[in-house]
Amino acid sequence: MLTTDSLKKIDQEIAKYPAGRKQSAVMAALAIAQEEKGWLSGELIAFVAALLDMPPIAAYEVASFYGMYDLEPSGKHRLTVCTNLPCRLSGAEDAVEYLKKKLGIGFGETTPDGRFTLKEGECMGACGDAPVALVDNCRLCCRMSPEEIDKLLRELD
Amino acid sequence: MAILGAIDPILTAGLNPDDPDGWRCGAYLGRGGYSALRKILSEKILPERVLDDLKKSSLRGRGGAGFPTGLKWSFIPRNHEGEKYLVCNSDEGEPGTFKDRDLLLLNPHAVIEGMVIGAYVMGMSRAYNYIHGEIPEAYLRFEEALDEARAAGFVGNDILGSGFCVEIFAHRGYGAYIAGEETGQLESLEGKKARPRHKPPFPANAGLYGAPTTINNAETLAAVPFVLNMGPEAFLAAGKPNNAGTKIFSVSGHVARPGNYEVPLGTPFRVLLELAGGMRGGRALKACIPGGSSSPVIPADAMMELTMDYDCISRAGSMLGSGAVIVMDETTCMVKALERLSFFYRHESCGQCTPCREGTRWLHGIIRRIENGEGRAGDLETLEHVAANIAGRTICALGDAAVMPVQSFLRHFHDEFMYHIDHKTCLVSKETQRTGSGWGWG
Repeated sequence: MLTTDSLKKIDQEIAKYPAGRKQSAVMAALAIAQEEKGWLSGELIAFVAALLDMPPIAAYEVASFYGMYDLEPSGKHRLTVCTNLPCRLSGAEDAVEYLKKKLGIGFGETTPDGRFTLKEGECMGACGDAPVALVDNCRLCCRMSPEEIDKLLRELD
Repeated sequence: MAILGAIDPILTAGLNPDDPDGWRCGAYLGRGGYSALRKILSEKILPERVLDDLKKSSLRGRGGAGFPTGLKWSFIPRNHEGEKYLVCNSDEGEPGTFKDRDLLLLNPHAVIEGMVIGAYVMGMSRAYNYIHGEIPEAYLRFEEALDEARAAGFVGNDILGSGFCVEIFAHRGYGAYIAGEETGQLESLEGKKARPRHKPPFPANAGLYGAPTTINNAETLAAVPFVLNMGPEAFLAAGKPNNAGTKIFSVSGHVARPGNYEVPLGTPFRVLLELAGGMRGGRALKACIPGGSSSPVIPADAMMELTMDYDCISRAGSMLGSGAVIVMDETTCMVKALERLSFFYRHESCGQCTPCREGTRWLHGIIRRIENGEGRAGDLETLEHVAANIAGRTICALGDAAVMPVQSFLRHFHDEFMYHIDHKTCLVSKETQRTGSGWGWG
């Protein structure tokens, strides 16, 4: 269900924990699975659970608890914008408005061409660089001005 | 992002944020890095002696609670048979806090050296650094720094030929504020939902996988080698009594230069504000949240008289917390500000304690309706009532954290909330709010 490359990465994560504590690698394993497939289906979660010798429901609990997992298909790129207070004091509302207008969608929606999903996020721990957005869970876009946003969207196109 | 300014820095001294290799092992060695560890191992300094120095320095935890680090380390049972664990908490999700990110990006080897020394003192052979999920660059940087440290013989087996061994691993969070709570973090490390545990038992007795565990903030651990190098007396003298050393303050909001600033504890707030470029657009300060979103808000007049240390902020009715200073100017609507913070706690409640799960929903619901111009007479009393029924009635501190902003905003800005309820609109016009918080400030 996953490529050998992903399985290898999961093995590396398992090796970080003591023998018999494979479950500790579930967060990383789910993240690796999501990175490959785009989102976590029930089947995929069960597959990851089996790899780690844990009950599927225990893996599902983790997948549904932490905000960066997607339990539904999303666009090719996920933009999660922080709207918490420090970001809001430094332009987050303008950035959100600009992004919504530019993409023609609201929070929790995906563009009709399937390229972008826009999500509202919580504090990313980068308030000095506000406003910030997490892109595909793998990079942080900082100090989002109209120019920065345009540049980002072009790059992701 | 970088450290944008400092006064007599310790942890960030000699760092050049523009040097792309400034974080590397070689650069850290050039700044005197790993000399504390080298000294301990080569001179076979007993763990008790290191602990004495740490206690003398009165270093306090930098994650929020301000607990004395030496005392925390001394809780670990010395003669425990079997594994013990050290956990570095880099899961900074407290709104306003972004110092650990810079530490991990710019000085990761200081964190590693602190972890190795901690493991040596407490007799641990395995340690984890739990890193906030939303800062992937910091996670990758730390992993790379670990590889360097292993290759250089500072981490792994037989460290510097001393026979001492400790393995360190990075664990990435994936988006849950509550995983920053220490026992929630242990659950998370075990591959579960980050639901905080009942205490006792405390982690020092039953922590990760049921074994004795110490959890320290990244900035605390990074401070350890510096404390030992400069000596406890010098570290103590760098701050003020009971508030030793320097602290990295994350300054966000309505200042000209939001960023991280390392200054001695006891530095006046007005000096820190100046360092951050002063108020954006020269507008007037309205209020300040001095220690992360969970710490009670302080109005401008009082704030301008305070010094940035545990004792002074605490006497003013708030907390130094993580050192996250959220600055709000006169264009800020306090109802709207509180509405967003309350939404955060509602969203991040793990749901296991009824007062928090239901109460945070109530708090936010009522504040939202006031903000939306649908406030009712009696809403403020209801808020106070709900808040009082959450505080002190939950397993972890998230319940209290959700309540403190509500209680302090209502106490200090009561009239503004009343105005919202009576007039169904804000004292501060939307355009004015936009002037302060919109784009075009950079």
